[in-house]
Amino acid sequence: MPSLSFSAPTSVDEAVKILAGAPGLAKVLAGGTDLLVQLRSGRMKPEVIVDTKRIPGMIGIREEADQFVIGASTPGAVVFEHKALTQAWPGIVEGLDLIGSEQIQGRASLAGNLCNASPAADSVPALIAARATCVIAGPSGKREAPVESIVTGPGRTSLAKGEFIVEFHLPKPKPHQCDAYLRFIPRTEMDIAVVGCAVNVTLDNSGVCTDARVVLGAVAPTQIICEESAKALIGHRLDEPTLAALDAAAGRACNPITDKRGTIEYRIKVAGVLARRAAKIAFERAGAR
Amino acid sequence: MSFLDKESLKVVGTRPIRPDGVDKVTGRANFGADMKMPGMLWGKIKRSPHAHARILSINTDKAMALPGVKAVTTRADFPDIPPNKRTIGAMPHNLWDLSRNCMAKGKALYEGHAVAAVAATSPAIAEQALDLIEVEYEVLPHVMDVEAAMADDAPLLHDDIFTAGVEPKPAKASNVSKMVRFAKGDVEAGFAEADVVIERRYTTKPVHQAYIEPHACVVSVGQDGQTTIWSSSQGQFMVRAYTSRIAGAEDNASIRAIPAEIGGGFGGKTIIYLEPVAYVLSKKSGRPVKIVMNREEVFRATGPTSGAVVEVKLGAKRDGRITAAKAVLKYQAGAFPGSPVQQGCICGLAVYDLPNAEAIGYDVLCNRPKVAAYRAPGAPIGSFGVESCMDELARELKIDPLRLREMNGAKDGTKATHGPTWVNIGYQQTLEAAKAHAHLKTRLGPNQGRGIASGYWHNAGGESSAACHVNEDGTVTITEGHPDIGGSRASMAMMVAEVLGVPFESVRPVVGDTTAIGFSASTGGSRVTFAGGMAVTQSAQRIVEELKKRAAVTWDISPDAVEWRDGKAFPAGANAGSFEPLPLAELAAKAARTGGPISAEVQINAQGQGPGFTTHICDVEVDKETGHVKILRYTAIQDVGRAIHPSYVEGQMQGGVAQGVGWALSEEYIYDKDGRLENPGFLDYRCPVASDMPMIDTVLIEVPNPRHPFGARGVGEVPIVPPMAAVANAIADATGIRLRDLPMSPPRLLAALDNAEPIRAAAE
Amino acid sequence: MAKHHVSTIINGEPVEFLCEPQQTLLDVLRDELNLTGSKEGCSSGDCGACTVIVDGRIACSCLMLGAEAEGRKITTVEGIAQGDHLHPVQQKFLEHAALQCGFCTPGFIVAAKALLDENLNPTEEETRYWLAGNLCRCTGYDKIIRAVLDAAAVMRQEAAR
Repeated sequence: MPSLSFSAPTSVDEAVKILAGAPGLAKVLAGGTDLLVQLRSGRMKPEVIVDTKRIPGMIGIREEADQFVIGASTPGAVVFEHKALTQAWPGIVEGLDLIGSEQIQGRASLAGNLCNASPAADSVPALIAARATCVIAGPSGKREAPVESIVTGPGRTSLAKGEFIVEFHLPKPKPHQCDAYLRFIPRTEMDIAVVGCAVNVTLDNSGVCTDARVVLGAVAPTQIICEESAKALIGHRLDEPTLAALDAAAGRACNPITDKRGTIEYRIKVAGVLARRAAKIAFERAGAR
Repeated sequence: MSFLDKESLKVVGTRPIRPDGVDKVTGRANFGADMKMPGMLWGKIKRSPHAHARILSINTDKAMALPGVKAVTTRADFPDIPPNKRTIGAMPHNLWDLSRNCMAKGKALYEGHAVAAVAATSPAIAEQALDLIEVEYEVLPHVMDVEAAMADDAPLLHDDIFTAGVEPKPAKASNVSKMVRFAKGDVEAGFAEADVVIERRYTTKPVHQAYIEPHACVVSVGQDGQTTIWSSSQGQFMVRAYTSRIAGAEDNASIRAIPAEIGGGFGGKTIIYLEPVAYVLSKKSGRPVKIVMNREEVFRATGPTSGAVVEVKLGAKRDGRITAAKAVLKYQAGAFPGSPVQQGCICGLAVYDLPNAEAIGYDVLCNRPKVAAYRAPGAPIGSFGVESCMDELARELKIDPLRLREMNGAKDGTKATHGPTWVNIGYQQTLEAAKAHAHLKTRLGPNQGRGIASGYWHNAGGESSAACHVNEDGTVTITEGHPDIGGSRASMAMMVAEVLGVPFESVRPVVGDTTAIGFSASTGGSRVTFAGGMAVTQSAQRIVEELKKRAAVTWDISPDAVEWRDGKAFPAGANAGSFEPLPLAELAAKAARTGGPISAEVQINAQGQGPGFTTHICDVEVDKETGHVKILRYTAIQDVGRAIHPSYVEGQMQGGVAQGVGWALSEEYIYDKDGRLENPGFLDYRCPVASDMPMIDTVLIEVPNPRHPFGARGVGEVPIVPPMAAVANAIADATGIRLRDLPMSPPRLLAALDNAEPIRAAAE
Repeated sequence: MAKHHVSTIINGEPVEFLCEPQQTLLDVLRDELNLTGSKEGCSSGDCGACTVIVDGRIACSCLMLGAEAEGRKITTVEGIAQGDHLHPVQQKFLEHAALQCGFCTPGFIVAAKALLDENLNPTEEETRYWLAGNLCRCTGYDKIIRAVLDAAAVMRQEAAR
């Protein structure tokens, strides 16, 4: 008999204890939109499932003076409805909002999307581009880490046994700072990203970029922070030569595979196209702030 | 009475609410997996992980020993089927092939091929038991693609198949199970006299019918063999016959096959996979057994349609008259013979009046699931080739594609390449309607293009039964034998109401099980409104004759002196007598005193089905930087004979278009190098979603088929025939790029855009 | 394996059930509670045939464990009509012939009702994107979208009274 135990603890400490003490594979359940698919297909055979949704603070968004605090199990639809957050970081919110259908949106969480560790995760590039951090609870207490440190490879994270993410900290945007996220999918909805690109820029009063982060998804085993692409933007306006440099740099940063969703050549080409388009939107939004 | 005069119709042609509709919008309707029976067990099937392997041994001891497991089965429980028992009646399938498809014999021929099954007290236990079945395989080399499978040194699936249709009969076994050829005139002479000859090669990938409801059944075999089969299928008589033969029951009278509501079929449920396995498990365990496929199983182990290579050669004079057409089609059959290559050969060319033509087709075995019928089987593939090539010819000749089709299109009197001479067809009318349609006047913007394509499907007739009963309260029951996959039972009731002259609401249609109605061939081939409609109409006409007799008895006059009009009996003229009209309800109430129950049963083998022709117009917008294609506008114009219920005719057209668009742009089976399916789910097997499609405009042209009482033609299949070419032609118009390989997915289009020199688009 | 005892509210009624840990809410609805209106089309959240409303939001019941339903308010297709009064979405589906085989219909009815609960004036595009998680293979979506937009119009009129 396959042994599977399910529990819904009501405190972080209780959850840590169950996760740390599990004899075999233990999985956190937030929205379940990845975990249940894996369970049903037999790809994942956990012995312990810990539902974190009943822990106070795991669902909800708090606006503080200089940051947003997002409970790790908060469904995307709740994030989308938060006007201040959507206004501050439209790129993060649109990334999260692109995941799946309305049905998925009512359940899927930032932590789930991150810790499922698919290279194509839609909410992750913009989170990284915004320099978000996550707070991790575990047997040794709480620690904070940048979002980009979590995913180490397809399906693999840096979380130790017993650890799980409890919240995300999102810095508030500076003046003339904004982001955008675009992805390419073959249909208009319901597909996993073939390429994803987040661009986060800060402009000065004359529209020249003073800071930038460009993050690509689905073109490497993990999300890539494209240093060369950022350099192509910093110190420039978004004119044709800058766009061309950005496009080429994005293409060079890719390390994609050919799979059932796209070819290497295709991903490299489209990474450049999306970088251009996302940059245009980010610059426009940042300039309008 | 003649019902061909549309103006006189009161019910047919209107849009009443379907009688099964409320159950379906409230969740009350019962589909295959919704049935429960007391004591029911859950069955699950063990499937081969290999594309091609000899099955050396199967050990089920551990599975049998698991608490909760009540029965286990393997090939050993299924009889061989001798040559003289491999077909049944007019049903098209080879039962020996189907039997070995339901449960592998000796070899697993595709990944997902069933090799064993269990029945247990819960799904979880059944799942666990599968893991305990030990199967030893000897993995063999596999072959997936048509041309590779045709090569001399290809791995052989069956050593007892020799290519049929080839003279002299080959001595060496082959993966080519048959070759077919249709010809008219002299193609070589025809090409010689052409001013322009173009020759092109097109390919398609296998696509699945992708009905949203997975296959499901519950089978209960009693100790005396009396059996109930509840299943979602396109034909309960097929289910009964095939289950009986494959499971070795040979006892049709003891089997009651009940058609559940069916959640989509499109041809994929005109055969069975589960019922014989559930039958054997039920017999062995003494309890009802429910088997429901999951989505992965549906993709891995039930028939998609063929992937194919289609080579088309067209020759024409400068003025656009086609002098010769040749097509060579190579279709995947999957693990057993039976691709629809013959239909592909016939249908692509049937749209045209060709002085010289030849179509050659090959049915090719490969280590994929056995293909099953998919909506106008074979025709969309052949037409993708022919209609794309026609567009390429139009560009070459600088003639408008609609004009080219007008010049060369079939008309009454045209003799088709495959034999028949057309009578009462509506193809030219679809072209006229296309020319006049506002769609063609809509301006196109940058990166937008327009494509035209036509299509044909022969439709089918065949065996249908109907039983019409007048109930004591004046309501009417019409029982027929066709599972309703698209709203047909409403049309049946409408035709009966029209004949009887009573309101639609007083006629209740019933889809009867195999004990409740006479033999009826399956729902498919776009035959139900035609053949089933013919049967129900005839049964209602017999009721009218009987009602006239009852009125005659009541009035003590001759039945010849009675007329039936508007649901009442009238004396026919003043000489017959001045009697008050007798409505049906009154005659029904008196039935016991005038002769007994009023019922009529009809069994027919319907002939005279009319073919369907269609022309589609598609507008696309291409994102040239990503290769993404958006469908902007789509118009489908079809000769439907007579639309019994116009909403459901429109629905068939729109549904076929959407499936064709998916086939064109995003759907395909993707296998890895080991012959394992990489995308057995709706995430990566990409069907169009609501945001992918625009509204689909439909134009219903009615050229009645006089062989049907109401003029109906089959309508359900022909709409899927043109979309792939319509989309390809639109992409060519938008970009100058001609894609000849399906699906025209973004990576393919982008690669072509980046590499090609744009071809100048033809002038108007 | 010990079963979970779950208390929940389904279609306005308090309901208790036992379920194994790995059973999804869809399994429970169909196999334990005989609410077979919600359908299983894919078990991976890609087809929407199992759509239910959980605490006011649509969700795929195949992507929830039965045990997660504890204390939640759930609406299934069986709870959309009020007695013998069809919801406008249901009525319009019938009038517009927005169903052919009817298998995807329960999922669409629930999803469309939730859309109109939130937005009584959706555009065609908004409606298509809201319903992108519900696959239909029979209709090509045309009549479904028309039915939902027409239901919205009817409901706007009712609200204006």
